[in-house]
Amino acid sequence: MRYGSLAAVLLVAATLGGCDGVLDPKGPIALAERQILFNATGIMLAIVIPVALATLGVAFWFRASNERARYRPNFVDSGRVEILVWSIPLMTVLLVGTVAWIGAYDLDPPKTIAASTKPLKIQVVSLDWKWLFIYPEQGIASVNHLTIPVGTPVSFELTSSGVMNSFFVPQLAGQIYTMAGMLTRLNLRADYAGTYRGMSANYSGAGFSDMYFKVDAVAPNSFAQWAAATRNAGPVLDAQAYAGLVKPSRSVAPFTYRSVASGLFTGILSAAMQPDAGLCVPYSKSMRAER
Amino acid sequence: MNVLVEVDAVSKAELLDVSEAGPAPKRIIAGFGFWIFLLSDIVMFSALFASYAVLAKATAGGPTGAQLFDLRNAAMETAFLLLSSYSCGLMSLAVESRHRFGIFFGAVVTFLLGAAFLNLELREFQDMIAAGASPQRSAFLSAFFTLVGCHGLHVAIGLAWLVLMMIQLSMRGFQQVVVRRLHCFSLFWHALDIIWVLIFTIVYLMGVLP
Amino acid sequence: MNLLGKLTWDAIPLHEPIIVGTVASVGVVILAAFARVTVKGYWPYLWREWITSVDHKRIGIMYIVLALLMLVRGFADGIMMRTQQAVAAGGAQGYLPPEHFDQIFSAHGTIMIFFVAMPLVIGLMNFAVPLQLGVRDVAFPTMNSASLWLTATGILLINASLAIGEFAKTGWVAYPPLSELQFSPGVGVDYYLWSLQISGIGTLLSGVNFVTTILKMRAPGMSYMRMPVFCWTALASNLLIVAAFPVLTALFAMLLLDRYLGFHFFTLDGGGNAMMYVNLFWVWGHPEVYILVLPAFGIYSEVSATFSEKTLFGYRSMVGATLAICVLSYTVWLHHFFTMGASAGVNAFFGITSMIIGVPTGVKVFNWLFTMYGGRVRFTVPVLWTIGFMVTFVFGGLTGVLLALPAVDWQVHNSVFLVAHFHHVIVPGVLFGAIAGYNYWFPKAFGFKLDERWGKAAFWCWFIGFHLAFMPLYVTGLMGMTRRLQHYDVVAWQPWLLVAEAGAIIVMAGIICQVVQLVVSIRHREQLRDTTGDPWNGRTPEWATASPPPAWNFAILPRVDEIDAFWAKKQRVLAQQDLPRRQRRYQPIEVPKNSPAGFVTAFFAVITGFALIWHIWWMAGVGLLGATVTWLAFMFRAQDEVEIPAEQLGRFDRTHPVEVSL
Repeated sequence: MRYGSLAAVLLVAATLGGCDGVLDPKGPIALAERQILFNATGIMLAIVIPVALATLGVAFWFRASNERARYRPNFVDSGRVEILVWSIPLMTVLLVGTVAWIGAYDLDPPKTIAASTKPLKIQVVSLDWKWLFIYPEQGIASVNHLTIPVGTPVSFELTSSGVMNSFFVPQLAGQIYTMAGMLTRLNLRADYAGTYRGMSANYSGAGFSDMYFKVDAVAPNSFAQWAAATRNAGPVLDAQAYAGLVKPSRSVAPFTYRSVASGLFTGILSAAMQPDAGLCVPYSKSMRAER
Repeated sequence: MNVLVEVDAVSKAELLDVSEAGPAPKRIIAGFGFWIFLLSDIVMFSALFASYAVLAKATAGGPTGAQLFDLRNAAMETAFLLLSSYSCGLMSLAVESRHRFGIFFGAVVTFLLGAAFLNLELREFQDMIAAGASPQRSAFLSAFFTLVGCHGLHVAIGLAWLVLMMIQLSMRGFQQVVVRRLHCFSLFWHALDIIWVLIFTIVYLMGVLP
Repeated sequence: MNLLGKLTWDAIPLHEPIIVGTVASVGVVILAAFARVTVKGYWPYLWREWITSVDHKRIGIMYIVLALLMLVRGFADGIMMRTQQAVAAGGAQGYLPPEHFDQIFSAHGTIMIFFVAMPLVIGLMNFAVPLQLGVRDVAFPTMNSASLWLTATGILLINASLAIGEFAKTGWVAYPPLSELQFSPGVGVDYYLWSLQISGIGTLLSGVNFVTTILKMRAPGMSYMRMPVFCWTALASNLLIVAAFPVLTALFAMLLLDRYLGFHFFTLDGGGNAMMYVNLFWVWGHPEVYILVLPAFGIYSEVSATFSEKTLFGYRSMVGATLAICVLSYTVWLHHFFTMGASAGVNAFFGITSMIIGVPTGVKVFNWLFTMYGGRVRFTVPVLWTIGFMVTFVFGGLTGVLLALPAVDWQVHNSVFLVAHFHHVIVPGVLFGAIAGYNYWFPKAFGFKLDERWGKAAFWCWFIGFHLAFMPLYVTGLMGMTRRLQHYDVVAWQPWLLVAEAGAIIVMAGIICQVVQLVVSIRHREQLRDTTGDPWNGRTPEWATASPPPAWNFAILPRVDEIDAFWAKKQRVLAQQDLPRRQRRYQPIEVPKNSPAGFVTAFFAVITGFALIWHIWWMAGVGLLGATVTWLAFMFRAQDEVEIPAEQLGRFDRTHPVEVSL
């Protein structure tokens, strides 16, 4: 039946590893998100498949031409049925709702991942139509390519130079919007070495389709080597270079900067930022990205 | 339209509940419909209030409410508008008693007070813009001018409607449709008053607080 | 000063062959239609009986005609997108450059929601609600006409964007900063905003009209709990229109002020806040989908009861669930942007409310099931659409619950998994319901049924095609495919997208079947004629009239004493119970006079809208002045109503006898 095949497809995709997506997680956040997906799907299928089958069964059995089916025109109300019919969805919602609550807190993007190593800090700026990744502690930057060490938590601070985008590496974590003048946060960790696909998940204009990038998770000493090598070659990211980068361009081949002007990210953030308290009304972290 | 109900098979007692009495008379339908429209208008103002609340502090280095708002002026606007609601109420009473002179007098007073309100508001806007506090200056000012300006636009439309109603009244007399429309006008005018009270409180009074 | 504002000859996209071809073909068809109407001398008839009509039945039919025409355009946009994505894999760029593709997906969403789903649902409510309530028309008939024609204005403007200028390239939601002047300097976003702002006024007025009608105008004896369920869902839907559309009006006004007068609501500079747009948009947007689906649920209730020959199971429960959905639809809007960075508590709250709203919907599904249980189910075309809906929608709802989990949503937000989900609920929910309603009420509207065989063929094409078109998107969404991609690098997605393309082609076959169904039915209308007014053995008051009903619906308003009043009356007649003899004494009635006010206002609205889009200020002034003069003419018109003499009423009833009258 059609829906059995949907479920089968999902399972098959899961076992085979659905290329570059949440079904093939490579880090704890994505892994937990996949687990929630499976659990919730299982719970819901247990309700939905019987309902669909019952619909077909009831319609078929009570077809007008079926002499054997009993015509009960007065069966239009039943307290017992109503209680059942309201409580099944309610209980399902309670169950799945609990999963929703716990997941929303446990996997909250700004929540740092507990670890013995200090998290790696990366600042992200979405531009038209490429990504800029600044490594403030290493003093380097990279465009359209991300290199991170395996097993080390990475703590992202994200903003946008203009329109809204969404930073997304499905195999490692969920996505988070990038917005000009706002600071969003995301934490993730890669537990396996490999190359993963990253993208923008919020349409941002003509060059949007090319805003994908590769994420290389490498051994920690390889990462250190890469950082050192990057510091030795390539242009400098200062205000002037940034102004050039902001100009719209598509399908930008990845390259790196060997140094970054200090305070550049803060400058990008505040250039679009409201100088006043603006949104920071007393209810602290609700309904807005952190500023 | 006329409504015909077969009454021979139906006893009077069965028709007591208004929900079972058949279609309501036109007067009720028109008034109710206009109420629903007013509720929708209030929802629109709520969205404008929400945007004002979000942007109230987004002054982009420009002037703040505390620096701009003249509470005395706002108080006078409030007085004019509230008094115009009173005169509008008197006008409605005169409509009930079909007292022509009372209606026209009430209408003229309402018009003059409403026009005085608009005059003060336009002056306020003019002064603000001349001082550089134009809606293009900051998000706060955009929200302010839009919210208060939208209310002012409604007042202007109300004044035009009032004039048209007086013309129609003098031409048609107390036809059903004219009386219905006068009733709707007064609903409109009082609703604008309520919105103004909210503006006065949320924008002006709260705006000058530190 | 430039007399034509921003408008120049460059606005006509002669360099785009696809657009030129489309506009040329559509232009030829329109001209041919106009020519035929002129040659045959139909204009006076069309003007008198349709364009200036304030009859809810005619207005309803015109809404549906508009919607079905726009379904063709919206579907064309959809299949163009599917085709582009089927071929643009690896390094291939496909046949639609981003500048064009981006307009297509924006137009597709805008047209389908605002100019297909809304008019379908509003048209069906227009046609059926007054008949079901046992009254003669809606509360404000001329305003009803204005609502229709203002919707047509929006349609005209959005189609004009194809031939003159461009459409928005922002997606159908038009988030700033992308939709601000800085990033969208062209006229596309202005077409979007004015088209929707103008038709939005029409929709809002419709909402006011129907809330008043349902609450204040029902047949004698029809208390609230004796109303047909479709009227309850229509009430809930229109309450939502009244409460939600003004938010959209305010929101678009803010964006227009930003674009036209340099305000700073959502701009990058000056303190603008793009997140506020997102919030306000979805405060409207979520109730909008319930505006669409609730009347469809009502149709399913009517269809399942009628064709099971049983009263709807759990009437009270259905009413309660409908009103619960109505209220709860305001508590879920943040689930459209879990990824925007709200705190965990806020995300969790909205995730749970989004699940809670699934409860009354689930209750409805069970109640439809129990309606069929113990019934004698006839598998007519409307029933096929209903059962197809039930078995499909529950899976769409399942994916909705998945999306309501913030932790899952962060993975699939804005992916084609999301696209699959909302099509999985809107297509079976709204579209199948509208088609069921179209087949169900067609004989009442036109006096003959639609062909069953072509109807069933259409259903199967749609059902199979829909699944083929959208199930693969769940897979590619989980594989990391985001939405709105003009081309992509992951070739592993392509096989799935080819299947999706095949599905779209099968849906197209379904649409063709529906066109054929209509043509065949008109050809064979004498064989398909409905002579009794009650072709389905119906239960509710609309079936107690001739097919089609006279302009005044009921010469004498029916007296209603219970749910399914018409069915109950038929049972009593069949049992030949001693019924008190009702003398049919006719008295003259007054019906509202036809009026050109709605049409003419909308005409000036087109001029105003077009002028504002192209910054032709003097023309905008002319348009506004024209609209004002029209209102004044209407306000001061001498005669509101026309009297129908008693003899005419009697004559109609005698020449169009119905077996059982209410």
